[in-house]
Amino acid sequence: MIEFQAVHKRFPNGTTAVHDLTLEMPEGGITVLVGSSGCGKTTTLRMINRMVEPTSGTIHVGGTDVTAQDAAELRRSIGYVIQQSGLFPHRTVLDNIATVPLLLGWGRRKARARAAELLDTVGLTAESGKRYPHQLSGGQQQRVGVARALAADPPVLLMDEPFGAVDPVVRTQLQDELVRLQKELSKTIVFVTHDIDEAVRLGDRIAVFRTGGHLVQCAPPAELLAAPADDFVADFLGAERGLKLLSLVTLADIPRTPAATVHTGEKPPAGAGWLLVTDAADRPLGWFDAATAPKGTAAGDTPLLPVRPLRDGDTLLSALNESVASPAGLVARVDDAGALTGVSARDAIHDGAGLAHAGALTTAAGTPAPADEPVTADAGDAV
Amino acid sequence: MYELFTDLGSWLVGSQQWTGGDGIGHRLAEHLQYSLIATLIAAAIALPVGLLIGHTGRGAFLAINLSSFGRALPTVGLVVLVFLASGLSMTPVYVALVALAVPAIVTNTYAGMSAVDPEVRDAARGQGMRGHQVLLQVELPLALPLIMTGLRLALIQVVSTATIAAYVSFGGLGRYVFDGLAQRDLVQVLGGAVLVAVLAVALDLALAGLQRFLFRHRRGATA
Repeated sequence: MIEFQAVHKRFPNGTTAVHDLTLEMPEGGITVLVGSSGCGKTTTLRMINRMVEPTSGTIHVGGTDVTAQDAAELRRSIGYVIQQSGLFPHRTVLDNIATVPLLLGWGRRKARARAAELLDTVGLTAESGKRYPHQLSGGQQQRVGVARALAADPPVLLMDEPFGAVDPVVRTQLQDELVRLQKELSKTIVFVTHDIDEAVRLGDRIAVFRTGGHLVQCAPPAELLAAPADDFVADFLGAERGLKLLSLVTLADIPRTPAATVHTGEKPPAGAGWLLVTDAADRPLGWFDAATAPKGTAAGDTPLLPVRPLRDGDTLLSALNESVASPAGLVARVDDAGALTGVSARDAIHDGAGLAHAGALTTAAGTPAPADEPVTADAGDAV
Repeated sequence: MYELFTDLGSWLVGSQQWTGGDGIGHRLAEHLQYSLIATLIAAAIALPVGLLIGHTGRGAFLAINLSSFGRALPTVGLVVLVFLASGLSMTPVYVALVALAVPAIVTNTYAGMSAVDPEVRDAARGQGMRGHQVLLQVELPLALPLIMTGLRLALIQVVSTATIAAYVSFGGLGRYVFDGLAQRDLVQVLGGAVLVAVLAVALDLALAGLQRFLFRHRRGATA
């Protein structure tokens, strides 16, 4: 656990970067620090490994005051990933990753072996270890940066806008992989970003900072989205925060009903409306409107309208999207093999969305929302 | 004119010119010896200064201006001055050559150090490197291409100027120039000058090639 106690940071030029910060970052979780530039989030992060020294207050990592240790030794025990990766251009990828083990005196052979192992962990080929950083793409460099931070297996990982400089597609991949890695490794991660969507995707807790180094609110993403502490946080979360909340909830609990189906090539039963056409393995292929099709047409004779089947692990937000896009107003649900398990109606999904909001509000009840905040109406408004 | 060049040609290839105490081989060795010693002394002074101001970011203005002062000094004047103060020895020659070589090494070393990406330096500290580790493992290797350029420039300047050793009665390729002038032997003067120029260009090319080989993995690093 990382604990900030009344931490203040004023720079020599007189600007206050962090103002009276008291904050706990739980063990084994991702705490995301968000806020616009100049709000002190990076300074907060850099005070943990003493790249910046606080003016007053104390910071404990795992129960030990950070100033009780030699700064260089402290930094070797904390993984550090920065924007643009900060790789050493004159060293191979493998030697870059081996930096901290070598500083710790592991010996070259052992350090290299560990580095090679980490290439695989972060999804890079063994061959890329022999390359130099400038020979890699931005996304690959960032993976090397993560591998370097993980090399000595530190319990704490500091990540300062690590995915800020890569394109959106690669950023999403890297975020997914960080989530996957974190499931395996359970590090205590502090992650700085100015991208609220990234914060919601990754954070177990999100701390929102305001210019001048003030911490405004720190809460799990669902609570934050359901009950922002003030207008500043609400503005920062954006107008679609009701929808963003739905990206945190899965489809699993939404009730499903049996689907009206027809196998491809078969004739629809008389009086049928929208039918879901499936193949021999029960996988949905598309929607077929039996009511308007000429008599005697078999399913699949005419072009089908597209269906995007969802699994239980998909988010409620994608279900909402699909319920709007689906011509029948129904969302096709499938199991892991892709076989149809039923459909959910638009209403069921809307109800689920409302429940998700209510649930988040109840959890957030400990931190009362301001009375003038019409939070309960959000789900309906947003839809 | 044409005759001059054929005379120069036969002077350069003449076998009697290449051997013996006054032969080209011996003078070349002397010249190289003076140049290398002077450049090494200059490097021993200038490298630590350049690295220190580059690493700390302090004193750059003072150090660079002081060292440029050395470049502005007239070399022959300096030789005479030190000669008058210390008497006849190689010391005046070395003082003058070192003063000439130091500025190029200091400024290039400092330039190399300040060209190190601040993000990389920050990352090095952030991984837990101490000051000297950042200097030796990150800053120095990254600044090395420019440092080598400085050493190369310094060596070329020194090689070109080391002819002044002959001015105070010592050897080197300057011998031909000063003896030729005294004997009104234009071919010998030209021969000495050509040899100095060829030596300077050859060293420059060789060192440039070495740099290119050493830093072949760097992107756009060879100067």
